[in-house]
Amino acid sequence: MRLKLESRAEPSRLMGYLSPLFAAVLTVIAGFILFSALGKNPLQAFYTFFIYPVRDLNGFAELLLKASPLMLIAVGLACGYRANVWNIGAEGQLVLGAIFAGGVALYFHGSESSLILPLMVVAGAIGGILWAAIPALLRTRFNANEILVSLMLVYVANFLLSWLVHEPWRDPEGFNFPQSKQFTEAALYPPLIPGTRLNVGFLISLAVVGAGYVFLNRSFLGFQMRVAGLADAAARYAGFNANRMIWLGLLLGGAAAGIAGMGEVAGPIGQLLPSVSPGYGFAAIIVAFVGRLHPFGILLASLLMSLLYLGGEAAQMGLQLPSAMTGLFQGMLLFFLLGSDVFINYRVKVVHPPKAPAQLAEAAA
Amino acid sequence: MTDHLIPILVAAVAAGTPMVFAALGELVTEKSGVLNLGVEGMMLMGAVTGFAVASQTGNPWLGAVAGMAAGAAMALIFAVLTLNLMANQVASGLALTLFGIGLSAFLGKPYESVSLVVAPPPAIPLLSQIPVVGPLLFSYHLLVYVSWALFAAIAWFLYKSRAGLVLRSIGESPESAHAIGYPVIRIRYLATLFGGAMAGLGGAYLSEFYAPLWVEGMTAGRGWIALALVVFATWRPARVMIGAYLFGGVTIAQFFAQGAGVSIPSQFLSSLPYLATIIVLVFISRNLATIRLNAPVSLAKSYRPD
Amino acid sequence: MSSQAPKASAVTPRIELRGITKIYPAVVANKDVSLTALPGEIHAVLGENGAGKSTLMKIIYGVVKPDAGEVLWEGKRVTVTNPAHARDLGIGMVFQHFSLFDTLTVVENVALALPGKPELGELGRRITEVSERYGLPVDPRRLVHSLSVGERQRVEIIRCLLVNPKLLIMDEPTSVLTPQAVRKLFETLRQLSAEGCTILYISHKLDEIQELCNNATVLRGGEVTGHCDPRQETPKSMARMMIGKDLPHPQHGAPKTGEPRLVLAGLNRESPDPFGMDLKDMHLTVHSGEIVGIAGVSGNGQQELLVSISGEEPISEKHPVIICGAEAGRMNPAARRELGLCFVPEERLGRGAVPRMSLSDNALLTAHRGGFVKSGLIKFSEIAAFATSCIKDFNVKCGGAQSEAKSLSGGNLQKFIVGREIMQKPKVLVVAQPTWGVDVGAAAFIRQKIIDLRNEGVAILVLSEELDELFEVSDRLAVIAKGRLSPTKPIKETNVEEIGVWMSGMWPDGGDATHFAPSTAQGG
Repeated sequence: MRLKLESRAEPSRLMGYLSPLFAAVLTVIAGFILFSALGKNPLQAFYTFFIYPVRDLNGFAELLLKASPLMLIAVGLACGYRANVWNIGAEGQLVLGAIFAGGVALYFHGSESSLILPLMVVAGAIGGILWAAIPALLRTRFNANEILVSLMLVYVANFLLSWLVHEPWRDPEGFNFPQSKQFTEAALYPPLIPGTRLNVGFLISLAVVGAGYVFLNRSFLGFQMRVAGLADAAARYAGFNANRMIWLGLLLGGAAAGIAGMGEVAGPIGQLLPSVSPGYGFAAIIVAFVGRLHPFGILLASLLMSLLYLGGEAAQMGLQLPSAMTGLFQGMLLFFLLGSDVFINYRVKVVHPPKAPAQLAEAAA
Repeated sequence: MTDHLIPILVAAVAAGTPMVFAALGELVTEKSGVLNLGVEGMMLMGAVTGFAVASQTGNPWLGAVAGMAAGAAMALIFAVLTLNLMANQVASGLALTLFGIGLSAFLGKPYESVSLVVAPPPAIPLLSQIPVVGPLLFSYHLLVYVSWALFAAIAWFLYKSRAGLVLRSIGESPESAHAIGYPVIRIRYLATLFGGAMAGLGGAYLSEFYAPLWVEGMTAGRGWIALALVVFATWRPARVMIGAYLFGGVTIAQFFAQGAGVSIPSQFLSSLPYLATIIVLVFISRNLATIRLNAPVSLAKSYRPD
Repeated sequence: MSSQAPKASAVTPRIELRGITKIYPAVVANKDVSLTALPGEIHAVLGENGAGKSTLMKIIYGVVKPDAGEVLWEGKRVTVTNPAHARDLGIGMVFQHFSLFDTLTVVENVALALPGKPELGELGRRITEVSERYGLPVDPRRLVHSLSVGERQRVEIIRCLLVNPKLLIMDEPTSVLTPQAVRKLFETLRQLSAEGCTILYISHKLDEIQELCNNATVLRGGEVTGHCDPRQETPKSMARMMIGKDLPHPQHGAPKTGEPRLVLAGLNRESPDPFGMDLKDMHLTVHSGEIVGIAGVSGNGQQELLVSISGEEPISEKHPVIICGAEAGRMNPAARRELGLCFVPEERLGRGAVPRMSLSDNALLTAHRGGFVKSGLIKFSEIAAFATSCIKDFNVKCGGAQSEAKSLSGGNLQKFIVGREIMQKPKVLVVAQPTWGVDVGAAAFIRQKIIDLRNEGVAILVLSEELDELFEVSDRLAVIAKGRLSPTKPIKETNVEEIGVWMSGMWPDGGDATHFAPSTAQGG
């Protein structure tokens, strides 16, 4: 007698919704175990990690503030992932977006024109698009794997940013620290909830989530991308242009990441620094999966992921745990999700050894 | 310049060794049809575990073994997800990397400013005194020689042994191999665990013997470069070695350039290995026929025996 | 004759199955199946596609475990745990879809299926010896990907023969052979049978079973509907056992041909795939109101020809492919559909339809030009209506327009795909393997629809590996062999033997379809 995984005739829609929930619950349980193992009171640790950060309006604003770039990037990535185009370099595209937007801010430093912010958004998008165009070109022209190319470019992007803030764009009055001049007010997002750091960029993210829904689920182009991801021979048969899917898949993610990068430097950071992101580009990959590549799921998943970030910071201060806990939880969440996903297409069955006809006849008698 | 050449080559070999381990391990895994993108995560886990054990016990070889075990343990998670639970191999590999980065950062916190006492590479008497050839072949740390033995063993295994033939056949067509009666899943498990152990060993070498220190994220993308190396080598062990040492060379080029007073910004030099990886990938991938002839046909595709 | 003629009870059956049952989540593959085969017997397992024959054989060979029932080998109960165990017992199996490895040599492939570690040089000698003894010529040192399909089958057979099997299972062996090669195979099988080897011959081809087998078990819907001696039956009586009624025949009518709609004018194509087939100087004309069939064993360039016509892999010049008068060689499939071309590929799941998408979404795949997309957005209710009427008009048994393509049986999905293409009112329809893996009822339906379409004036090109089917529907017939296309012949002026000869690449040169005169029903 043993357990067996049996293929379902049709995928379970219920499990499609429940699976991310299972994954979240399993992550929390794993967290409990982890906290106990580290000698911390699990209930107190749970409170510190998951409840304390959002206990007041300011905390809630912080939750949305971090969720904003996550949902933005994840929606862009999801478009590509649906088409089997694996943009893993969103972190680098984010950095390029920050650089381009920062470049605009520094160029017009001191000006008070209301055109600067929209220009920065466009510049950020362009930066991300250009950086994502490289793997797109190399994949369509030379068949080079976009996972590896986009990932290598993350390292290059970070080095580029490092050089810029150490050398040409370093603030001459910055005491030799590697940082650019701080942006003036015209180059910063106005706040959304006064007294908090939540800014107008959040509205842009929400708009992109909505647009992503229309694109993926209602547009013909989105349909083509889904076909390309599910059965590329069928996409060819239908006459859908495979190269166009690859370009779109990468550029949409790049644009989203670029705008998110702009949002970081025009928002909470307010200048260019050697690091402009605590790994949002990678966390967004997890958000995309946990959100089942669906814009509304992504919205919820981005809130969860944001909470993990805040929790990590709170744990560092309140529990003396390293902030690396965040990365740990993020990885665990994705693992649990991939594991629970199996129940969408398979069910567990108990298998008995086959009976001989004689035994069957006996049993029937 | 020429009397710098030998030290450069020697340094390149030492610098390329972590990638030799990781890439050879991943080669075996991929030959069975499994694409494990989690190499970076496994290397980091090997690095932190090796360093921690070596630091606690004072025995670096125990650390190396612990590093291998850590890499294999990570690979085990990946294997369960993809081979038993039929999860998507690309997503699972990414999850493994992210998890490995996070877990290693977490576990390594107490070791960040710890230093490890490491014995200098044993200079083989007489042999290493031979001009030119001596230092080039005989002045390395023991693990480098282990990596050479590993290369020979893997080459023999894949192309001269029956077990290697079976492995290659599984990579090409798991359905046919299963129809003939080979335990496809079990063999893929073994290949995946082996790949993990090798990645772990590569990481342990990096943190215990090459650096030697522990810093969060210290592999700095070497795991990804190892993946690119397997493609660049068109899945053949000898080319993996060449590629790994070339990359070792590019990695250390920045130090020699700085020492020689070349006035290129250090960030540009640091990005050379990554740019080189891209160029190399483009170069090898553009010939579709070559890829199709050498890549294991079932690579990254989920397989489930009835 | 629904019961087995009693044999002398002194002879122990080589293999006996009692009450075998195997149930999958979506289908009951085998239900209470019993079968007995004696030493030296050539025993047919007869049934249409989906009747459960392959599953039964996989149980005997240890690939699949039964849920109930027992297997008796030479009188003793056994549980076949895996194929290696089956081979130890003396059971060999030649699969319908070969289990060979393209990048390895013949010797390496054979070695993989043998126990222990055979020495490759010695093994090569044994292979040559067996191949000569049974008339199955093959060179042990060649890489499998360079072999033709017929040669690959020989490797599969030799692989089994090397272990001196007592039972040889052949699963649909003749679908990849020319008629002449089928004759040769039968000689080999008779030789084996005379030496005492039992042969289980799986097929749905009644005439072959009549020619070769001396005993038969008939399966329908997973259950045994009868045993018989094929030599004493007629195809009609066996067909009744197999499908429960008479084999349907389509109403043919006469073609009324018009202007050329699809022209291949010197099509040359080098395959980018190292394992592919190059096309050489192909000429063909298909006129409105006629069905042209192309016969050929798989691996002779059909795939390459189809993607050149459909546009899935366009060629570099535009003039060799002309659709409704326009030079279309460089166009992609969407552009060719604009010209009036519709196309049914040989792979249903994964190419003709997306398995995980609904029938409604799959309708959108090729029918989107019919006004179902406005301002870039999909008109969901309209396309669902299209899918629903397709389901109704083409008799597709399914759970409605929202059911997943994957959940349909092969025959029903094929009806949907054919229906989808026909409903787009094409001027040219190209169909590859129209009834492969499809049950008899659906096959007859599809063939009738194709003929009806021809009567409405559409130009139709059918590629198939089943000669019977081509002789049933085509007006003219050509052969594809080794990347070349033969001249066409009107169906009434040729027969299976001649086409069989042509399929080895030997046809008389001269006289090709471009000299066809539309006013007559004859041509060269």
